[in-house]
Amino acid sequence: MKPLVFILKQEPDQRLDLSPLVPHLLTRKSAKEIAAIELQTTREKITAGDIFKIRAGSAEEVRFEGGSVRLDNVGQGLKSGEIIVEGDCGKAPGREMSGGNLVVAGDSGPYAGSAMSGGRLEIGGDAGDFLGAPLEGEMEGITGGLLIVRGNAGNRAGDRLRRGTIVIEGSAGDYPGSRMIAGTLIVLKDCGLLPGYLMRRGTIVLANAPELSPTFADCGVHELAFAKVFAGLLRDESRAAARLLGRPLIRFAGDMAALGKGEIFFPA
Amino acid sequence: MRPMKRNGVRIDDSFAEAFPMRGTAILITAPTRRWALQAATTMTGFATSVIGCGAEAGIDGERPGKITPDGRPGVRVLMFAMSSDTLQTQLVNRAGQCVLTSPGSACFADLDGADRLPVGDQLRYFGDGWQVSKKFGDRHFWRVPVMDGEFLCEATTGLTKKAVGGGNLLIMGATPETTMHAAELAVEAMNEIEGVILPFPGGIVRSGSKVGSKYKAMMASTNDAYCPTLRGAVKTSLDEDIGCVLEIVIDGLTEESVAEAMRVGLAAIVKLGPDRGAVRVGAGNYGGKLGPFHFHLKDLLP
Repeated sequence: MKPLVFILKQEPDQRLDLSPLVPHLLTRKSAKEIAAIELQTTREKITAGDIFKIRAGSAEEVRFEGGSVRLDNVGQGLKSGEIIVEGDCGKAPGREMSGGNLVVAGDSGPYAGSAMSGGRLEIGGDAGDFLGAPLEGEMEGITGGLLIVRGNAGNRAGDRLRRGTIVIEGSAGDYPGSRMIAGTLIVLKDCGLLPGYLMRRGTIVLANAPELSPTFADCGVHELAFAKVFAGLLRDESRAAARLLGRPLIRFAGDMAALGKGEIFFPA
Repeated sequence: MRPMKRNGVRIDDSFAEAFPMRGTAILITAPTRRWALQAATTMTGFATSVIGCGAEAGIDGERPGKITPDGRPGVRVLMFAMSSDTLQTQLVNRAGQCVLTSPGSACFADLDGADRLPVGDQLRYFGDGWQVSKKFGDRHFWRVPVMDGEFLCEATTGLTKKAVGGGNLLIMGATPETTMHAAELAVEAMNEIEGVILPFPGGIVRSGSKVGSKYKAMMASTNDAYCPTLRGAVKTSLDEDIGCVLEIVIDGLTEESVAEAMRVGLAAIVKLGPDRGAVRVGAGNYGGKLGPFHFHLKDLLP
């Protein structure tokens, strides 16, 4: 089946909400009906047909050709199927997605993968702040699935992570894994201030030795079977992450200022 | 009826009568092959028959580190019981006492399926609050801190309700030496089959039983019809030239795997011939009314 393609005509002059353009909302809609979907976030009306040239195809595979930092909420609530953005996107791609595969080839704004609960989100470029984080007032960030950032991530990546796995192949900003409830966060380059700040449980794996808060306690160097298992499970997604997990790792337990059952690993 | 004969070995026109069982499989890994085998051997000890051991268990085969989830040498263990509840209890008890305790071990699910048996979900409580749950995709593991590091255990493993227990071959020879020779070769061949175990010591049982006894308390007793020393005294099933009988019992995850194991075992016995091995091969049954699976020797002949 050919994919359903949205070709960006020009840079939009207002932020657009792309949350209606997900497979489960597009199936059984004709090209004309899809073109009439409203995407504006201001009083000035813009439809999908105004901003995109639409090439009909299977809604199970949606492709955006051309991206913009003004395209917000791409793949919001994605349940199944695939969305590929060949370019940048704005805030919160893949927010609350529960299945399927979302690929953003370029950079993303803040809140990428916010509160996702399943599926796979890959960002080819950099991600903004609050990667996977809950919005204000929400209790949990990511609760399942796999989020991969090939570039760097901003501050507070993995905030309130509950379950699932985040891999940042570049660097992370300040406070990665802040307030983590559980889950796994892997950073393959540097990270900023205070990783795991107030984390309760969960696992943070860092490729480079961080400056840790004194509320993390040294538990020594270990080669743990679980790290090897995760290395095997991650090998197809990120070879570098798999390599990191295969090395002897020093374990710091914390954050003792919170529950203290979390851990930060980095190579000894 | 003329007895079937292959390479001089008489084959009874009989069948093995087998029963439905619940089966499960786990993969035990360890830092070395030796310790993976040690954990597996300990876990499958005292597991020859459900009558007295609660479960029947054995080693299906070794798995090289290249294909195990944690890259370490592994051993696949199969376990069978008559009910899911018993199997559950036996699995957790045995994994808890024999695998959790074994140095460097880890324990993984090794059977797919919708029906699940908790393993790590139970053993995690040993962690006394320090246990860590780890999920990746649809896999769920528990990490339990222990004195040599961590015991890693998958939360659940698969349960099959299609397992078959009690496939068997009765190997009859002139002397204990020749009979044992045939039985050993058959065991060797049958161990190559995936998804089956031979629960008795070294795969061989010498005390086959019949149902019932003259004593009230005994549910089963010696199979006098196959005891060579009683050949003249009871209604015997043995011929003049038979001085020893050994049995191989087979449990398998599927009916096909049990049939395949019987097939290769039979082939090995027949290939050896009557002079150095068995003169006759039979199979145990209860008249066909008790067990739904009938493995006829004539269908399995080489």
